[in-house]
Amino acid sequence: MIMDYLYYLRKDKMPHIWCDGCGNGIILKSILRVIDKLGWKKDDIALVSGIGCSSRTPGYVDFNTLHTTHGRALAFATGLKIAKPNLHVIVVSGDGDSTAIGGNHFIHACRRNIDISMVIFNNYIYGMTGGQVSPTTPTGKKATTAPYGNPDAPFDISLLAQGAGAAFVARTTVQQYARMDKFIEMAFTHKGFSVVEVLTPCPTSYGRKNKEGNGVTMLEYQKQNAVTIERAAKLSPEELQGKLVTGIFVDRDQPTYLERYDNVRNKAKKAIPKVRDGENYAIQI
Amino acid sequence: MRESLPGFCHYGRVRRGEETRGIGVIVDNQKSNIRMMQGNSACAEGAIAAGCRFFAGYPITPSSEIAEDLAEKLPAIGGNFIQMEDEIAAMGAVIGASLTGVKSLTATSGPGFSLKQENIGFAAMTEVPVVIVNVMRGGPSTGLPTHTSQGDVMQARWGSHGDSGIIVLCPASVEEMFYMTVKAFNFSEKFRTPVILLPDEIIGHLTERIELPDYALLEIVNRSKPIVPPEKYLPYEMVESDIPPMAFFGEGYRYHVTGLAHDETGFPTNDPEKVEEQIRRINRKIERYRDEIVEVEDVFTEDMDVFVVAYGSTARSAKRAVMIARENGIKAGLLRLKTLWPFPDKEIEKIYRRANKIVVPEMNLGQIAHEVEWATRREKPVIRVNHVNGEPLTPKEIYERIKG
Repeated sequence: MIMDYLYYLRKDKMPHIWCDGCGNGIILKSILRVIDKLGWKKDDIALVSGIGCSSRTPGYVDFNTLHTTHGRALAFATGLKIAKPNLHVIVVSGDGDSTAIGGNHFIHACRRNIDISMVIFNNYIYGMTGGQVSPTTPTGKKATTAPYGNPDAPFDISLLAQGAGAAFVARTTVQQYARMDKFIEMAFTHKGFSVVEVLTPCPTSYGRKNKEGNGVTMLEYQKQNAVTIERAAKLSPEELQGKLVTGIFVDRDQPTYLERYDNVRNKAKKAIPKVRDGENYAIQI
Repeated sequence: MRESLPGFCHYGRVRRGEETRGIGVIVDNQKSNIRMMQGNSACAEGAIAAGCRFFAGYPITPSSEIAEDLAEKLPAIGGNFIQMEDEIAAMGAVIGASLTGVKSLTATSGPGFSLKQENIGFAAMTEVPVVIVNVMRGGPSTGLPTHTSQGDVMQARWGSHGDSGIIVLCPASVEEMFYMTVKAFNFSEKFRTPVILLPDEIIGHLTERIELPDYALLEIVNRSKPIVPPEKYLPYEMVESDIPPMAFFGEGYRYHVTGLAHDETGFPTNDPEKVEEQIRRINRKIERYRDEIVEVEDVFTEDMDVFVVAYGSTARSAKRAVMIARENGIKAGLLRLKTLWPFPDKEIEKIYRRANKIVVPEMNLGQIAHEVEWATRREKPVIRVNHVNGEPLTPKEIYERIKG
């Protein structure tokens, strides 16, 4: 049976704000397909975001949705997950949101390995605020705040997540949508902190500024330049120029924050005997 | 001189053995509920008594003992403690936890309080109940981490951007640290708003006698939940009380929470009328209940020539100064502000005309003195007694200005 996207969407919130040729809608559909496949109940899902184009996603879907302050989605999501561990907590974020203002929260969420899944919409640019340079904008590329070319070196989000200790890290392009479904499903079902970085075209802000054409041209570029991690390992640095390395970077089983905190709780309960039950009981130290 | 403060034991910490601290203990087999306790510990204890089961924080002097005590106790009673990567993250985490219905607390001091401000505004805008403790230290900037100050009074009121109401409580004793923490939770739950507890370092680190109540007898307020079915639920409905019921995440009421201007459904809107309506409501819900919120302590103001207005640890020195003045034949009276915001202007207005002059001692350069001038319409001279050097104001210093 063909799944009913409309079941998950807040139809009255359409049309969405995303521009023609933007890849964000492709990622949203992938997320919904995976949720449908996993059979998760809408009531059990919390979708959390920060600020930016990607971060408007929660407004369009019929879950418990939280649109927070810029860069802070993971902080809010951490509180949600700890206080209500049975919620499936998903964070959607952009490259600026997750690695500039939210960079600190990002590396610490990876380190903490709390059971949250994060989908990062990486379009190399600040789309919503009009095309300013982002931490993933390649060196030399143009942006409204880099009119002579970006002087900074970019972050590799997936390698950053790997280095910081995430349990699952994968990267794909929106053009490889079947692969995106697979990676997102693996992330959603993986124990611990999982990251899927999705490269998505922004023809309006990034493409236009850098003369990379419209949405279709940008998707074509993704198709021609995506290489797997395995193939990339055989290429020289020169051959790797402009290539989009995709695949699973990390897939490891390690104790999650909540599991480790259960140990803390057990130790604390032994150390501090309860003397009275009820909502407001006192304890002895 | 620090020694001159009555009942003030400097930086004392009760220890009951090497590995444990003498923090909040009420045990059924103990006859007495009287303890020696530090202010910060009393705050942690008050939070537990109020039903707080989630704490997220980032260590900062002089508030860290609140985090340390809760790190020890919360996991033992099924709660959660988490030390986040920074103050901003801690503020975000408590909002996230509170959205699931769990009472949540964070504690900090001046610099950390500044970092939290954006998310405090988010909590105000989205009407998520949270309690923030700011144990005030010397500023500006890193200032005097281990010394006292009352420099964040205006930051507590106006630190976040935009227009939002705020409730700020200011304790002056260890016992008040306990009870005001409970009250802060009650107000936050009742009004669906962030509430700030604003002790100065002296109160946070003061160790003194406290009589703890039976927790079962404490009045505890919990936020009201919706009674309508999920499809009829409006999270920001313009209800008669101005405080719409709050559904918890994960309980079947799927709704949208955003810091963007939103209408009663919770979804973003630019409609000027709807935006104005919501912003006015989140301010009004505090203004209209201000009489229920505002509390002051009145000392000898029935017949007075000199009117002293003070709060926090300064109010203890001020009280002593008023006593000394009375002993010396000067009719002085004190109004101690237990609530700082909404500002107790009505309470001041009612009595200030009895006096010829007003003295406002505070450990800043006159933040509340300015409010007192407004409340008294500048009809009487307002004399400021200020310190910003990290030292407490002594009764003698205040008495000199009452006399002179």
